[in-house]
Amino acid sequence: MKRKLEISELIFKILSYTLLTIFALACLYPFVYAVSSAISGRSAVEYGSVVLLPIDVQFGAFARMFGDNMFWNAYSNTLFVTLYGTLWAMLTAILGAYALSKRRLLFRTGFNFFLVFTMWFSAGIVPQYLNYLATQKVFNAVGIMDDKWLVVIAMGMAAMNIILLRNAFEGVPSEVEEAAIVDGATEMQVLTNVYIPMSKSTIATVALFFAISRWNGYFWARQMISNQNEHPLQVFIRLRLEEFTNPDTMTGWNYPYASDSVIYALIVCSIVPILVIYPFIQKYFAKGTNVGGVKE
Amino acid sequence: MKERAADFLEFDKERGVYRISSEQAVRDDVEKHHWVHVGRTVMKDWRLYLMLVPMLLVFLFWRYFPMYELLGCFKVSDNVLPVSEQLFSGFSYFKRLLVGGDTASTEFWRAMRNTFILSFYGLCFGFPIPIILALFFNEIRSNAARSVFQVLTYLPKFMSTVVMTSLVTMLVKQGSLTTGMGVLNQGLEALGLISHDVANAGLLNNPAFFRSIYQISGIWETAGYDSIVFFAAIIAVSPTSYEAAQIDGADKWAQMRYVVLPSILSTIVIMLITRIGSLLNIGYEKVLLLYNTNTYVTADVVSTFANRYGMGGSAQTGLAAAAEMMNNVIGMLLVIGANTIAKKASNTSLY
Repeated sequence: MKRKLEISELIFKILSYTLLTIFALACLYPFVYAVSSAISGRSAVEYGSVVLLPIDVQFGAFARMFGDNMFWNAYSNTLFVTLYGTLWAMLTAILGAYALSKRRLLFRTGFNFFLVFTMWFSAGIVPQYLNYLATQKVFNAVGIMDDKWLVVIAMGMAAMNIILLRNAFEGVPSEVEEAAIVDGATEMQVLTNVYIPMSKSTIATVALFFAISRWNGYFWARQMISNQNEHPLQVFIRLRLEEFTNPDTMTGWNYPYASDSVIYALIVCSIVPILVIYPFIQKYFAKGTNVGGVKE
Repeated sequence: MKERAADFLEFDKERGVYRISSEQAVRDDVEKHHWVHVGRTVMKDWRLYLMLVPMLLVFLFWRYFPMYELLGCFKVSDNVLPVSEQLFSGFSYFKRLLVGGDTASTEFWRAMRNTFILSFYGLCFGFPIPIILALFFNEIRSNAARSVFQVLTYLPKFMSTVVMTSLVTMLVKQGSLTTGMGVLNQGLEALGLISHDVANAGLLNNPAFFRSIYQISGIWETAGYDSIVFFAAIIAVSPTSYEAAQIDGADKWAQMRYVVLPSILSTIVIMLITRIGSLLNIGYEKVLLLYNTNTYVTADVVSTFANRYGMGGSAQTGLAAAAEMMNNVIGMLLVIGANTIAKKASNTSLY
């Protein structure tokens, strides 16, 4: 019996390590390949001979990217949308979730249904598009000509995130709140001094959900922002990809690096910030989703 | 008076007058005081209700107003007349899509079918893999090694759809006279899985490969991250359960079968039901970024159909909105059905 146990355990352990290593390398490979292709020489990239490591190292593609004003413009637009979009979404979500977490709130079920229904049924992209066009008109009429504000204010709210926050707030013991009220705290002070510190982990997670969806947002930004100078990074990358993979526009290409290298350089530049902060936020994701994920 | 409100009155024999029935009086009283109570509560607690306002407005403006716009799909789209004067044409758009027999109808049915097939494949392949990954993670006893594996496998989840699809596009791109094909095409050709002509034409231009590319890139993107919830359930299993099983002579497979699987079964059921509930929520952004005219046969889903018909130059908003509405209503029924089953099965409501 003992032998059988050891053998099966060993087999399973070897299997786990092997398959996980393969899968982890498969997850990593495209990124390594992108970096290698971005800094490889023109002929190596064009003939597809780059497989893992760079060949004929050059930094022309990166230099071209860094010298491109449009690129920096797109980068700052993405930072703008991510920063203000996350702040706006967190402000409305925290205030709303706090009110919804109170048992004394009248019509609580009704308000909850108002949120949850949007998770069940969405009008679809065409009505949303018409609605955003109408919003854009209103925004322009009151003097907000920059479509980035439309993206910041009108888009990206998610009922699921509010429910995660509400569940976390409901987990705060009411005795703590009562103690704060006895000490003379106002509603706003209860929220900022009791509820927010006590649900830091969930708040961090939800803020990261919002921030990442803002950073990665593409479709609506492309539909609604017509001015090239206001395009966020994702739209910029896609437009470059469409331009550079079209053989007609690339006939006169005479640089020491391949046109594909420019795309790879762009991809690398857009994921570097996420890679830099990723180790710090990773633990929150695992923790926060467990805390607020399933409501018993 | 008696005739008009007979039900509310009863004859008081002692005084010889009609009085409002006692039950009704109580009900009136409750109703009156209840509404006074409502007003008073809201006034006393106005800060709390004010906090709700921004959130409610955001949802009203950008989630519920589009539903109002959706009503447009019941109307004949004639831009000459204002919306209020457009005639209601019943269900003409729905009828045209379902039994019209023209190009739009054919493409709609194709999109419907593709939506179902893509999400069904996603369920078959995308769902079990995170569970298997979580079992493997549990096998890695060294914390450092496990962290490395986890960090690497969660990573693709944080890439944007644009970056992911750009990478896929480059990895499987076509070759030409002057340029080589993508590195994945080369690999598959070297393994003898595809012929040179197929590889050289680019896999994204070939409808036979679209579904595989969509699913494999989806697994690559989300499998690691989706395993978190299962892994959390597995590490919650008490070590004493394993010890007891070992003393009873259970080998690794028996431990999997009789200790681990029963403990994480409820998590699996809940995740499965959630997954079925969002079955028709195909990530249209990804399809939109990966498909092209060559692959419409297998790639076109309802949302991308609506995007092409409703948001292009010759926008047929009514037709497009009607198509998506059918998709979304079926989706909503699935969600509600799944949630009801979840409630019955485990006393756990997902929402």
